[in-house]
Amino acid sequence: MRINPRLTDKVVRGGLTFQALFTVGILVLIVAVIFVKGFPYVTAEFIFSYPQDMGRLGGIFPSVVGTVFLGLLSIAFATPLGVGTAIYLTEYTKESSLTRIIRFGVESLAGIPSIIYGLFGFIFFVIKLKLGWSLLSGTLTVSIMVLPTIIRTSEEAIKSVPKNLRMVSFSLAATKWETVTRVILPSAAPGILTGIMLSIGRAVSETAAVIFTMGSSLRLPTSIMDSGRTMAVHFYILAREGISMEKAYATAVILVCSILIINIAAYYLMHKMIARYS
Amino acid sequence: MRFPYRLPVLALMSALLFCCGSSQSSLTDEKSTVTIAGSTSIMPFSEKLAEHFKIDKPRIVVDVQGGGSSAGIQACLNRTVDIGMSSRDLKGDELVLRQTLICHDGIALVVHPRNPTKDISAEKIRDIYSGRITNWKALGWIDRNIDCVTREEGSGTRGAFEELVMGESSIHDSIMVQDSNGSVKEVVATDPYAIGYLSLGVVDAKVRALSVGGVEPTTRNILAKRYRIVRPFLYLTFGEPSKNAKLFIDFVLSKEGQRILKKEGLIPINE
Amino acid sequence: MNRKLIDKERVIKLILLVFALSSLLFLFTIFAFILTEGLPLFYEAGVKAIVFGMRWAPTKAAFGIFPMIISSFMVTFGALVVGAPLALACATYLSEYAGKRTKLFLKPSLELLAGIPSVVYGFLGVVYIVPIIREHLGGAGFSILSTSLVLAIMILPTITSISFDSLMSVPPAYREGSLAMGATKWQTIRRVVLPAARSGILASFILGMGRAIGETMAVIMVAGNALKIPTSLLDPLRTLTSNIALELAYATGDHRRALFSTGVVLLVIIMSLNLVANFWVKARVAK
Repeated sequence: MRINPRLTDKVVRGGLTFQALFTVGILVLIVAVIFVKGFPYVTAEFIFSYPQDMGRLGGIFPSVVGTVFLGLLSIAFATPLGVGTAIYLTEYTKESSLTRIIRFGVESLAGIPSIIYGLFGFIFFVIKLKLGWSLLSGTLTVSIMVLPTIIRTSEEAIKSVPKNLRMVSFSLAATKWETVTRVILPSAAPGILTGIMLSIGRAVSETAAVIFTMGSSLRLPTSIMDSGRTMAVHFYILAREGISMEKAYATAVILVCSILIINIAAYYLMHKMIARYS
Repeated sequence: MRFPYRLPVLALMSALLFCCGSSQSSLTDEKSTVTIAGSTSIMPFSEKLAEHFKIDKPRIVVDVQGGGSSAGIQACLNRTVDIGMSSRDLKGDELVLRQTLICHDGIALVVHPRNPTKDISAEKIRDIYSGRITNWKALGWIDRNIDCVTREEGSGTRGAFEELVMGESSIHDSIMVQDSNGSVKEVVATDPYAIGYLSLGVVDAKVRALSVGGVEPTTRNILAKRYRIVRPFLYLTFGEPSKNAKLFIDFVLSKEGQRILKKEGLIPINE
Repeated sequence: MNRKLIDKERVIKLILLVFALSSLLFLFTIFAFILTEGLPLFYEAGVKAIVFGMRWAPTKAAFGIFPMIISSFMVTFGALVVGAPLALACATYLSEYAGKRTKLFLKPSLELLAGIPSVVYGFLGVVYIVPIIREHLGGAGFSILSTSLVLAIMILPTITSISFDSLMSVPPAYREGSLAMGATKWQTIRRVVLPAARSGILASFILGMGRAIGETMAVIMVAGNALKIPTSLLDPLRTLTSNIALELAYATGDHRRALFSTGVVLLVIIMSLNLVANFWVKARVAK
């Protein structure tokens, strides 16, 4: 007996809708729980004061600073390398064994789990290069971690720039580099920014790699050689040790909010640029 | 339209400026940071001492890191920290380090407050941790599996526990592992059927410490040598401590330092 | 073009080449260090003793990680079984049924949710999932079940987002053509759109799997970290990743080297998975 395909259609539609709502629902629930439990404890004082008694009292200012610096510095290192690689792979070479090897390298880097980065960063930056537990060790490690993401998204973005734009540019006697910087990159900027945004998010929420390279000192990091905590690390320690559930939730709120703000800012930028160039 | 270089260049420049900023332990001015690393059992107490020390000597920054007793010993041997913290006795090559006993700490067996068990024999502890007893029935409670928790390999607390309680028996591999006193406490505090061991100084109202063989884990019993599951908290230095490190150690050994430790549930050395 | 321009172009190309090679350099360095630290123990203790050894007691010269290998696979498989179908369904709905406004709202929301730190998932798992399992299903709560569930939720945004992108990049012409020939929407999706987006969807599964098997912090929080091979869904377990993270800070000497050996095994597994997956995906796309 053949089932009426129109009926199947309706059933499937209902099933898919339900599953979609379920998926989104779970994720929204997670954010909601964090906010409901943590928001009451998020005060200006909390953000700007220092932790006392291992974090049981006081605020999280050092970890806020640590997080911001780690995020910005990692992007500062990774973006030029990443976008440069993407430009090279798409604009400056044809597909060859070299490009295949490079792509393989990038894919492999992307597949390495964060604990291996932590392991590597620990033995290489912290111990062998004697950088100790520091922002520098953490930054270098995290930069390598987010590099594949930036390369991938930048490549996608650059590839999706229509070919005729390049043709037009060349026909106007622009050099390759001029074409890249004045035509292709601005056009690909939204996609590239998305990659950067995703990477900042990853850097900020990464724990395993950060804890073994940046350490977990409660002090305010004032230089790149200082150890410190990111909010993610602080949250992890607070939560696991049961030091303070309220502060843990509050830290989580700020952490999730920061990621939210970064994302929204990036989307805003992206739409602005799309509007400008389309 | 040129590619917006301004933002990334700005970011890079501020990054560079940041790199040139002076470190807390810059080599140009006098060393005013004391770095302490090692046992995570001792860490919270060192932090507390550091907080009080800061009131006395605000110019000296005491930077406390974790890493574990073994890591602290290593760091001390490698001269990468001023003071290493160890919650177990030194062995073999480690003995070149200078040890300063700052206090003693008992290891308590803890259960959930709702667990009616109040006392346990050393033998029963061994049986539970070696996997021979797996049900609370055997201890006079309900018919339910024991959710047993231990610390991880390499932990000073576990080492002390294995040495003082387990003896020849080894901890069974079906037993759950947590990697700090705090997380062991958290598990026991939230699971009515759990049992774990942790630093006595960490015990609070969230868990109940069992008496072992009729002896309660109190300061008095430890001093009277009746409660024997006790280990030393050591500060280690490579030879003579640096000037600021010595100031801190002296503070810890002073009346006030010991008073702080006693308040936290540790056993001061003078009594 | 005059000489100066050509030279400038050459220099730029060279610089960019160096940038591109940096990825290979990093990869090489990482592998070099992990291998230099991790391989010696394989020579000393024997590959069999480590990879198939059943007992992990590194301070007493027992370096068996077989239980952890099995556990890692179990929770990853569990996470995919629960998470992948759900995520794909969500992505399909979003791409094929949802209106423009819904898409505009939900896609960024999903991307945001992908940014939630793993430790948050782990924490909520401990606070909510573990006690529920303990009270209603038994065991300590820290189990394969709890870990798989937490991991499944974690990989939902990843798989959904990338599958969605893949589905959206299927040209509308495909759908229109199918519908024009009288197929229903579901028939179109099932026989035209999904197959067309196959490589991207598979890629999303692989990425999800990679995230699950490489996840450390959340797993430490909900898995219980016991060393034995779990015999039931409710037994606690330890994954390769947790093993490294739990003991790295404390380990010295042979113990530390054993952790690097664990890292080597983990790398081998993940790299093999990536290779197989890429090969498979490419083979299908070539069809």
